[in-house]
Amino acid sequence: MNAAQQIDRDAVSDRTQPLLKVRGLTKLYGPEKGCQDVSFELYPGEVLGIVGESGSGKSTLLSLLSGRCPPDSGVIDYRLADSHKSAGQWLDLYSASEAERRTLLRTEWGFVEQNPRDGLRMAVSAGANIGERLMAQGVRNYQALRAAGLDWLNQVEIDPARIDDLPRTFSGGMQQRLQIARNLVSGPRLVFMDEPTGGLDVSVQARLLDLMRGLVRELDLAVVIVTHDLAVARLLADRLMVMRRSHVVETGLTDQILDDPQHPYSQLLVSSVLQP
Amino acid sequence: MNALIEVRDLSKTFTLHQQNGVVLNVLGGLNFSVSGGECLVLHGHSGAGKSTLLRTLYGNYLPAGGSIRVQHQGEWLELVGAAPRDVLQVRQQTLGYVSQFLRVIPRVATVDVVMEPGLARGWKREDAQARAEHLLARLNIPQRLWQLAPGTFSGGEQQRVNIARGFMVPWPVMLLDEPTASLDDGNRQVVLELINEAKSAGAAVIGIFHDRLAREAVSDRHLDMTPPDLDPQASMASMASSPKETEQC
Repeated sequence: MNAAQQIDRDAVSDRTQPLLKVRGLTKLYGPEKGCQDVSFELYPGEVLGIVGESGSGKSTLLSLLSGRCPPDSGVIDYRLADSHKSAGQWLDLYSASEAERRTLLRTEWGFVEQNPRDGLRMAVSAGANIGERLMAQGVRNYQALRAAGLDWLNQVEIDPARIDDLPRTFSGGMQQRLQIARNLVSGPRLVFMDEPTGGLDVSVQARLLDLMRGLVRELDLAVVIVTHDLAVARLLADRLMVMRRSHVVETGLTDQILDDPQHPYSQLLVSSVLQP
Repeated sequence: MNALIEVRDLSKTFTLHQQNGVVLNVLGGLNFSVSGGECLVLHGHSGAGKSTLLRTLYGNYLPAGGSIRVQHQGEWLELVGAAPRDVLQVRQQTLGYVSQFLRVIPRVATVDVVMEPGLARGWKREDAQARAEHLLARLNIPQRLWQLAPGTFSGGEQQRVNIARGFMVPWPVMLLDEPTASLDDGNRQVVLELINEAKSAGAAVIGIFHDRLAREAVSDRHLDMTPPDLDPQASMASMASSPKETEQC
């Protein structure tokens, strides 16, 4: 057996195990405010969409999953990457130390905010934004950081000549693409996205969606994406969770939920969309 | 007989919660199996549930009961109740579905739309591109269009792009929803050739063909889908082949 086959085989065994195991996750701010009793498993390369109306608990769930806010009850287990010193071990997210969670969020995970200003450092250049995660991982060589900056600007379709410009001189769509580059430069395995196309013009949205589709496949990313836009969900997500008043009311294959929704609320959600 | 897909006692209902919980019984008690190299044609008037059956087999609609088993990578796999990731695996490797309608993705070039199923199986880009271009040429899509996104193409061109995509990779089981509808004679002939080539390569084909010539060219057996019970619901079932429309009232 040659080396390439060996790698293939390792990759296959990696894919047959979940990356994230979530059980009974609950965080309530009031009756039916927040999310309760959410359980699922996410596999490498899988894109999970969370849909539902405003206030249904989508964003709360995303904060819990991404280590930003401890749940009232429930467990999130994450399988550490092979490069990690305890490779293949399960990490209980909220039993881990704050430092461990922070490290995860800067290396193996990414988080794309709805508003790029929340996810970017607006006072430093585009190149510095992209280089930050690499520097946190100990890359000090200026040429290497610069090369990564140019490469990633190219990958997210921003003119590399803009590398020394501040993000505030960029359009909203460019800022969002820069935020994606900033997250993906560390080669994460799991990326959380909160309404990533939310504040953008439709024409800019299409470009961003196409870019994200390509990157998700190329990099074999697992993604949890919160969106209220069912067209975005259809384009990006393999499967969906429909949330209403803090509960998950339906889960399944994306096209099955959108074309043959079972729960009364899912049916209402799908039938309420205006067809252009 | 090497059956590749087996359906037992399959039923499908739609419950319209937004319309006083009306229940439409569209499919019930269906039994059949299809072998490699064989084409089963679905017969029945409009509204008998033919498209609903294909969509249910593909996992696009959720069955109410029964069993759908396919030969997937050398083993029988039950699709009713299967996990989404298993269904996606089956759709990548085993089960192909071709309708008349292309779901356009903004900005993606025609040749990329067509070769996607090949890339998803891990083909080399050159091989996938060569196969995609071969199919586009065969289906008479002018070469100057290959690098353009198909969103602005005519209906017939989009349909042929979708067929090229559907025949991009060899499928053990193929579901065809009127692939020849509204094509001109020349292009219909190409599609019929593609179907017969897929059969010769060992595919089990389940299809809907309204046009008699097409049916005769590919059919080995047919399944009669005229509903046996004519209870009051049955007349409503005629609306149910497009539940989306009924839900949007």
